[in-house]
Amino acid sequence: MNEDWVLYEVFIRSRSGLEHKHVGSLHAADARMAIEHARDAYTRRQEGVSIWVVPSSAIVASDPGEAEALFEPARDKVYRHPTFYAIPDEVKNI
Amino acid sequence: MYTQALDSPAAGADEGSEERERLERFQARIDRDEKIEPKDWMPEAYRQTLIRQIAQHAHSEIVGMLPEGNWITRAPSLRRKAVLIAKVQDEGGHGMYLYSAAETLGVARGDLIEQLLSGRAKYSSIFNYPTLTWADIGAIGWLVDGAAIMNQVPLCRCSYGPYARAMVRICKEESFHQRQGYELMLTLARGSEAQHAMAQDALNRWWWPSLMMFGPNDAHSVHTAQSMRWKIKRFTNDELRQKFIDVTVPQAEYLGLTVPDPDLRWDQTSEHYRFGEIDWSEFQAVLKGEGPCNRERLEARRAAHENGRWVREAAVAYAAKHQAPAHRAQAGAGALS
Repeated sequence: MNEDWVLYEVFIRSRSGLEHKHVGSLHAADARMAIEHARDAYTRRQEGVSIWVVPSSAIVASDPGEAEALFEPARDKVYRHPTFYAIPDEVKNI
Repeated sequence: MYTQALDSPAAGADEGSEERERLERFQARIDRDEKIEPKDWMPEAYRQTLIRQIAQHAHSEIVGMLPEGNWITRAPSLRRKAVLIAKVQDEGGHGMYLYSAAETLGVARGDLIEQLLSGRAKYSSIFNYPTLTWADIGAIGWLVDGAAIMNQVPLCRCSYGPYARAMVRICKEESFHQRQGYELMLTLARGSEAQHAMAQDALNRWWWPSLMMFGPNDAHSVHTAQSMRWKIKRFTNDELRQKFIDVTVPQAEYLGLTVPDPDLRWDQTSEHYRFGEIDWSEFQAVLKGEGPCNRERLEARRAAHENGRWVREAAVAYAAKHQAPAHRAQAGAGALS
């Protein structure tokens, strides 16, 4: 049925001041229709103030098989977090 | 870590033990309550089980629009009409969330819809019963959506990420469905004698089919054990059915209506209601297509699909003609965030 309709990923900004967040996907003939469908499917209860739609084919994703290579190196770098440093209780405002 | 191995058959005598190891690692992830995401490796049976379940769920939402849509033009007030339209629109939306989740498993939406229209796909047996009176709209919201909520709340913790996320959205919206239904029943039950009788009649007809929504008894449920091991399912059919009865009977009492089950009684020792035998032959017949409305429902879906064809074709033609302007809006917009 939708052979000719492009799959779009939908991102919604729920309130101004917040980032757009992925909420799901839908099919549409073009970008304009994708925005309208996203409005109907994902914002029936004021869930959004702004919508992005992106053709799913345009998204490049990391491979779960490479997760270790990509994310493991950060594990032993605890010194990147503020809690790594012991500061005496007497010292304030730091 | 072994995603590539899916495409090329493993060589040599290690094949069996490698496959076993992969399965064990997958089960270990499930046991640790990790979520499985679309690009993660998963056993083919897990994928197929999810496609079947999510597609059936999506079809149920879509067909579920029909019994209620039947009453939109005859709603007794503007308020009730607006509520019913919103509810039916929600059901359509739920179908869309679910088709979208199913697609992440590598199945095409067009194929799923084709399976529904050709009659090969299953959907919930409940939607093959007719909505004869306005009270049926109340009974559906209260009982059918109530039973659906019992089933769906645990699915928010399902092991497959996209399905679980779709269910979170759906459950938030279902609560309105159930409450408007109960409010409708309450209005009728407190109304004239004729209105009260209409509410009772609706309960009489929807009670047993609602209990059947939870599926066969555990002893006869083919998929339950494996689905529970995979954490697709968190409770058995009988557990959920019992829970539904325990919460719903007092609600019926509050309405002043009688649950149509002469064997129904409160059991003090177990602190559960005991209930009569479900007519499983009726359930099987409806599943097989012999329910009161099976044919009518599919005909309505096919007609909608056919009658909408020219709109879909026009949209595609329009999109092709205006391909360039479609992107103009963002030209020069720079980085989006």
